[in-house]
Amino acid sequence: MLEELSNLPKLPSLGSIRKMSSIARREMKAGFLFISPWIFGFLAFTFLPMIATLIFSFLDLKITDGIFSTPKFVGFDNYVQLLKDPQAGINPAKWFESKTPSSLLITIKFALFSLPVGIFAPLLLALLMNNKNLRGQFIFRSLFYMPFVVPFVASVFLWGGMLNPESGWINRFLEYAGVPNESLPQWANDVNWVYPTYVIMGIWGVGNAMLIMLAGLQGVPTELYDAAKVDGANPWSIFWNITFPMISPVIFYNLILNIVGLFQYFLVPLVVNNGTGRPGGATLFYNLYLYKTFFTFQDMAYGSTLAWFLFLVILLVTVVLFSTAKYWVYYAGEARS
Amino acid sequence: MNKNLRSGISTFTITFIVLAILGVYLSPFAFMVFTSLKTREQISVVGAPIWPAATPKFEYNGKQVDVFTVSVGKCAGFDPNSTATKSLALVAKGRQESTFVDPKDPAKGEFTCQVSWRALERPWTLSPTWENYTEVWNTIDYIQKVGNTLFYAVVSMIGTVISCILVAYGFARFRFPGRDVLFIVLIATLFLPAAVTIIPTYSFWQRLGLVGTWFPLIVPHFFANAYNVFLFRQYFMTLPRELDESAMMDGAGPFRILWSLIIPQSYPVIIAVVVFHIVFAWNDYFGPVIYLSGAKDKWPISYALSTFNGIYGQQPQLIQAGALMAVLLPVILFFVAQRFFIQGIVVTGVEK
Repeated sequence: MLEELSNLPKLPSLGSIRKMSSIARREMKAGFLFISPWIFGFLAFTFLPMIATLIFSFLDLKITDGIFSTPKFVGFDNYVQLLKDPQAGINPAKWFESKTPSSLLITIKFALFSLPVGIFAPLLLALLMNNKNLRGQFIFRSLFYMPFVVPFVASVFLWGGMLNPESGWINRFLEYAGVPNESLPQWANDVNWVYPTYVIMGIWGVGNAMLIMLAGLQGVPTELYDAAKVDGANPWSIFWNITFPMISPVIFYNLILNIVGLFQYFLVPLVVNNGTGRPGGATLFYNLYLYKTFFTFQDMAYGSTLAWFLFLVILLVTVVLFSTAKYWVYYAGEARS
Repeated sequence: MNKNLRSGISTFTITFIVLAILGVYLSPFAFMVFTSLKTREQISVVGAPIWPAATPKFEYNGKQVDVFTVSVGKCAGFDPNSTATKSLALVAKGRQESTFVDPKDPAKGEFTCQVSWRALERPWTLSPTWENYTEVWNTIDYIQKVGNTLFYAVVSMIGTVISCILVAYGFARFRFPGRDVLFIVLIATLFLPAAVTIIPTYSFWQRLGLVGTWFPLIVPHFFANAYNVFLFRQYFMTLPRELDESAMMDGAGPFRILWSLIIPQSYPVIIAVVVFHIVFAWNDYFGPVIYLSGAKDKWPISYALSTFNGIYGQQPQLIQAGALMAVLLPVILFFVAQRFFIQGIVVTGVEK
């Protein structure tokens, strides 16, 4: 899906449309007719709301304002407020000024913690599944994917129950394994354990990525492996010189989805800790702060400012990742420069 | 070492490793089932097994007394060399010596054994409770919640399937200027954070007075989405164009070609989109939490379940029973349609 994004085609010129034959014009009309539901939906539910969000960020606007009240234009006031806001934390100089940790800092910390799991856990599972000595690969593949269809709230409750400090199986197991009672982790209630808790609660997400990576692994031509074996390559160099480059598009796809998802992380803390930021403000993620600004404090203007900033950050990160792609992502059929 | 033997050992090792990982990975399902079959008391008993267990009680002189497993060799009136055990009712607790009666032979009367009652095992028996399910069923009005969810899933599924087929057909079969740019814009929307559109969109529905109705959740599905358009388009592009072209020569219009040539060949991908969408709608939490949190009679199952955290905070058995009732449909649907699921995911993730 991503290769389309890395090779931007040229925009058509108006002159080329004028030169079209009548058959080509009919084809053009039919094409636009068929894609018109999406064009309309894109304008109504994506493009115009994005522009509106941008405009809101320059106004003073509350959701309680009447329909006919004229909102006040405040220039960059909201952005100045954003720079000064220690809770949002977009200005690293303010990171340690607020009583609770800054939301952006929390988000980055958690992303750094969670991203390796989101990439390597499915990769390792896929490599295990792809092992030629494994029997029952199809059954395992289905069973590892299956929890992905469990409703998000239910999977949070299931893992939440497993991680309950008193009645959960994980602490019972740790106790049985000899961990003394006073050093059993308090999981979601402990500042130091809450991020591992969230990672465990999200672990069922790896089923999807595993399936995609496994399909990528199965698509690697076996001749490449045979040739490497003839040359006497060791498994490590086979992995880095054949397997990894061949599945790099799949890893890239998962990396992008993971990062974009982690910047927007907020549903788990919303369900587990009721969006309160407990324990100790460690779970007031950036996106959660944004939603609270809008839905709880009803501040449309500042909420929109936070949203545009988030959008710009995600855009920047994706553009940077795409620009690195040509150095390490290998698309078959393309010469690698 | 013999080659067959060696490959047999590595098969055994790797299969064992994968089975062990799978066991841990799926263990929350067992936790859910076991916990949902317990009573609140069974959860808090120290030393109880993980499955729903109870110890038999024995009524002795009008009192309920606990039954323990005692090695009879330590008891007065039994052969001291015996290693057999018996389930005995504990009448008087003691550190070195406790008094018991035999529930099977109460006429024998009380006797003492040289055991500390604290060190004794209990004869746990399986004792599941089904009341948690009925309690959840009644408290959240399960039928209504499932009805709501299915309504949302089916209506929005119809919208998604129709609109995505039309749009994908447009992208797959017609040449028009700007097509490739528009397709890239479509794919790029996958990576767009919802936050950047939600504030005006919510305000829009609110001004129309439609927050708390199905409209904000269902209407957008009638305007296609990137994921499913991509799936349909990839599939349509694999269908041979020659048939389309000869039908066109015979005077068939584009709608006719779509309806009588493309769609009949596309059942696998249509089924994949239908099951994906039903699972998506069944599990959707973000939409309902934003638009329906104030309208209890319209809550879908996922949102109703999330309210359990508040109402049943100290009642894990009810939370797990509710989770089980929310998990069943998507899991069954997955096992029935897994071929289509797996194919669909592979297409979006690997094809370029």
